[in-house]
Amino acid sequence: MLRIDELRVNYGRVPALHGISLHVDEGEAVTLVGPNGAGKTTTLSAIFGLVAPAGGTILFEGESLVGASPEKILRRGLALVPEGRHIFGTLSVGENLQLGTTARKDRHEADDDMKRVFERFPVLESYYDRTAGTLSGGEQQQLAIARALLSRPRLLLLDEPSLGLAPVVIDVVFDALEELRKEGVTILLVEQNAARAVEFADRAYILRTGRVAHSGTRDEILRMEDFETAYLGV
Amino acid sequence: MALFLQHVIDAITVGSQVALYALGIALIFGIMGLINFAHGELIMVGAYTIILVGHPPWPVMVIATIVMAIVLALAMERIAFRPLRGANPATLLIASFALSFGLQNLAILIEGSAPKGTSVSPWLSESVQIGSLSIPKLDLVTLGVTLVLLTALGLFLQRTRMGVQMRAAAEDFRMARILGVKANTVIATAFGISGLLAGVGAYLLVAQTGEVAPDLGSNPILYAFVATVLGGMGSLRGAVLGGYVFGAIFVALQAYLPLELRSYRDAFAFAAVIVMLLIRPQGLIVARSTVTRV
Repeated sequence: MLRIDELRVNYGRVPALHGISLHVDEGEAVTLVGPNGAGKTTTLSAIFGLVAPAGGTILFEGESLVGASPEKILRRGLALVPEGRHIFGTLSVGENLQLGTTARKDRHEADDDMKRVFERFPVLESYYDRTAGTLSGGEQQQLAIARALLSRPRLLLLDEPSLGLAPVVIDVVFDALEELRKEGVTILLVEQNAARAVEFADRAYILRTGRVAHSGTRDEILRMEDFETAYLGV
Repeated sequence: MALFLQHVIDAITVGSQVALYALGIALIFGIMGLINFAHGELIMVGAYTIILVGHPPWPVMVIATIVMAIVLALAMERIAFRPLRGANPATLLIASFALSFGLQNLAILIEGSAPKGTSVSPWLSESVQIGSLSIPKLDLVTLGVTLVLLTALGLFLQRTRMGVQMRAAAEDFRMARILGVKANTVIATAFGISGLLAGVGAYLLVAQTGEVAPDLGSNPILYAFVATVLGGMGSLRGAVLGGYVFGAIFVALQAYLPLELRSYRDAFAFAAVIVMLLIRPQGLIVARSTVTRV
């Protein structure tokens, strides 16, 4: 579904990605883990057209995403929940959700999806008219995920969805991701919370300083004796 | 007392006009971080349209003025500002100055630098007598039109899908695009609305002064810029409030400055604004969102 080959990204003259290759198959949940500065967020940003690659290819369903604008990439069937959630704090919860349906033409089905979102995240229905900036971190994360789902993505990219959340709330987020995966949404998850992410995923890539250091299925990665070492990069 | 009320009415009229211009500037700044000094040339071109169309029925004249200003605003965006999107604010600012001077000189080339007189509508220059107060109909029309436009813009931003997209883009442009909001559509819409506001402003301005000149947009835009800074850069409510506060300062100085100082009215007005900004540097209303560039 998604295939990245030898992707290189520079920030100014500083290389952030030195040619990473990875793929995500339809229906899979794949995670990218690694320490800070490993290039996880940069990888997602490159996929979504937020940074321009210096080289390499990004193919989604066989077609290149390189050079396309974020709004076009969303219309191809991808969605991104960025790091830090990026809720529109001055808008209401309802308006934030409505923005998730921006690219959709099937208004009635979008309304049905909205109801399904409320079943999954009841808190969003009760706070529908509230200013989104007043929600707690966990509620904002639920809103960010719900908003991304309303575009009905076939591939969902998530950047650090558990960052800064209480353990109980992290469970809520991962439960939601688990359900999505059962419904057939393909997921590419970036996490610092490596143990949790690998546990959740079918496969994992461990990034270190802009390179893929290891990759494998969940069991392979979990069996790696030096998994923690590899992850922490010490 | 009557004189004071007369000043209040003047202040509201001047304030309404400045608010209309300021809103056009604030709208563009909120979305793309550009202070568009060429906004004044939208007013100028709108004003020349009034002369060029001759003497058709007034609705035709109003519509022609507005349409010309909108078309020019959209052309500005497409030709001058779209290629610079994502450039730093200084580059955008200088581009808008260049565009402003370029258009002014183009107008001098075509129409000459001498002001041209015109009368928009004799009806507007009449006054309504209320007690001892004599209120020009133009003042009432200016206030009425401003209130209608402010309400309409408010409803558009609050109630329509495009309005919500524009508010989202003003808060976090990158995130709005990630959700599929089309950058070009949102920015073009903002320019279109700023053109509409400039067109209406042009009509009201010419109705008041009866004169059209290539530099006619310069002063209004300076006032409007000061109003947006005063109100709080990036806040639409701030721009409107700033417009009215500026109108009040302006008229108060005009009315109460000693006669020999009155020709320095603008200097005093800007000094008053500087003092207010020293007390409250962030402006009267702080935009809750920091502007994110495309």
